[in-house]
Amino acid sequence: MSQASDPKLSDPILSVKDLVVAYGSVRALHGISLEVYPGELVSVCGVNGSGKSTTLKTIAGILKPQSGQIIFSNKSIAGKKPEQIHKLGVALVPEGREIFPSLTVAENLRIGAFGRYSAKQFTLDLEDIYALFPILKQRINQAGGLLSGGEQQMLAIARALISHPELLMMDEPSLGLSPTMVDTIFELIATLKERKITILLVEQNAERALQIADRAYLLSTGHVKFAGQPADMQSTVDITAVYLGEGKGGEL
Amino acid sequence: MSLGIFIEFSINVLSMGSLYALIALGLVFVFGICQMVNFAYGEFLTVSAYALYALGTFTNLPWLMVFLLGILAGVSVAFFCELIAFRPFRGRSLEALLVTSFAVSVILQRSFQLGISPRSRAVPIPDFFNQTILVFGVSTPIRNLVIIASSIILLIAFVLLMKKTTLGIAMRGAAENFTTARLMGVPANLVILAAFVISGFLAGVVAIFWSAKTGSVEPMVGSGPLLIGFIAVVIGGMQSLPGSVVGGFVYAIVANVLSLTLPTTLLSFRDAIMFIIVIAFLVLRPGGLLKGNYQEERVG
Repeated sequence: MSQASDPKLSDPILSVKDLVVAYGSVRALHGISLEVYPGELVSVCGVNGSGKSTTLKTIAGILKPQSGQIIFSNKSIAGKKPEQIHKLGVALVPEGREIFPSLTVAENLRIGAFGRYSAKQFTLDLEDIYALFPILKQRINQAGGLLSGGEQQMLAIARALISHPELLMMDEPSLGLSPTMVDTIFELIATLKERKITILLVEQNAERALQIADRAYLLSTGHVKFAGQPADMQSTVDITAVYLGEGKGGEL
Repeated sequence: MSLGIFIEFSINVLSMGSLYALIALGLVFVFGICQMVNFAYGEFLTVSAYALYALGTFTNLPWLMVFLLGILAGVSVAFFCELIAFRPFRGRSLEALLVTSFAVSVILQRSFQLGISPRSRAVPIPDFFNQTILVFGVSTPIRNLVIIASSIILLIAFVLLMKKTTLGIAMRGAAENFTTARLMGVPANLVILAAFVISGFLAGVVAIFWSAKTGSVEPMVGSGPLLIGFIAVVIGGMQSLPGSVVGGFVYAIVANVLSLTLPTTLLSFRDAIMFIIVIAFLVLRPGGLLKGNYQEERVG
């Protein structure tokens, strides 16, 4: 994962153009375009139903686009199978964590390393994962379904990281977690950013996501409403209005 | 109950139970991964049984070789059925797959009827299989002990496969959450093909013991084991590999207890009573004895 000091000088690692996705006859994305440069942390914000998760699922290959382009590392990946896209270096931390509940933590991680599994490399990677997530070391032989929500989220992130992704996509990693755990997860994302891992982060918690993002997109009903610097987004767009409708919104 | 009867009962339960467990396991392997009830599973077994008949009758190969080639026949038919018949329909609907499995089943049955004979053929089985041996003073066919021993070895091998190998772990993951497994790079086609190959392998092993017991093969021979497999799976749990093994043994215990305790006049109702038990399970505990971690409906 080599990055230029100014990401914009290099080509985008991910480039999505005019992406249209529908669930049956219901259109979820009306031509989304976004770019992610190597080493960047890009945050996609928006309310429920704005198309954030749909965007990630389509990039990951779970959903097939009706039209539009998805270019990853100079290869078109639109409509490819999830396992092929994963092999090219895109890893998704799915919404709701989607841990394999009856498999142990170690087995969950081993599936994460599927395709590039060698016992030696896996042991090395595991040490790295333990350093990032000490709690997983203690839980290594426990069934994934018995972990707490926060621990499951860490496992889901670890399971994606262990494949050494070129692009790490996270779908609502803080959803349903305790405030302390939300802090832990955002600290972790900051650590991954320091390691120059390219991250595409989808979050409802826009405030937290914008604090750590290099660039941000705001989606609303399947359209890109804003693209640019997080600070500009906070000043030019009334995020509270986008999120809560009119008026001054409080904490949810 | 005298000691002799008890020992005889135990050997019967263990040998029947392990055979039924293998049958059920082959069914659940494919169901767990594809969520598809494979009605052609019985025909995988029939193909193996015909291979045993052909190789045993028309060649002089040593019997161990005949057995291995018979198993290979089951594996091959499962492999090609998945490639040719099921793969094109995956991703459509579960109903399409279900109908496909019926079609494969009927096509294979009719092929045996037209190509070989609608009547049964004798399957040559090594003599020692049906020789009897004294176990704690009870005489029993050696076949029963071979079934028990091979099932134990196979079950241990499967536990190791599913717990220790990357493919086995990926298959367990795919059975719990297929989409997420694919997101982690597990190829859908690979795990499904592996499930079919294992299913065909089990059908092949079962074919050896089934033919040894009946001594013959006919085009519909697969329907008996298929039915037993279903009942065992309903009892044990559609979603759980250990459940299918438990279901196989529970079936054997109930069937043997009924044979032992029912008065002669009621003995012909044994199967009817088995079905009542199945219906009771469907009503009272539809998930079976051991519920798995089924998460989503999927067709691959």
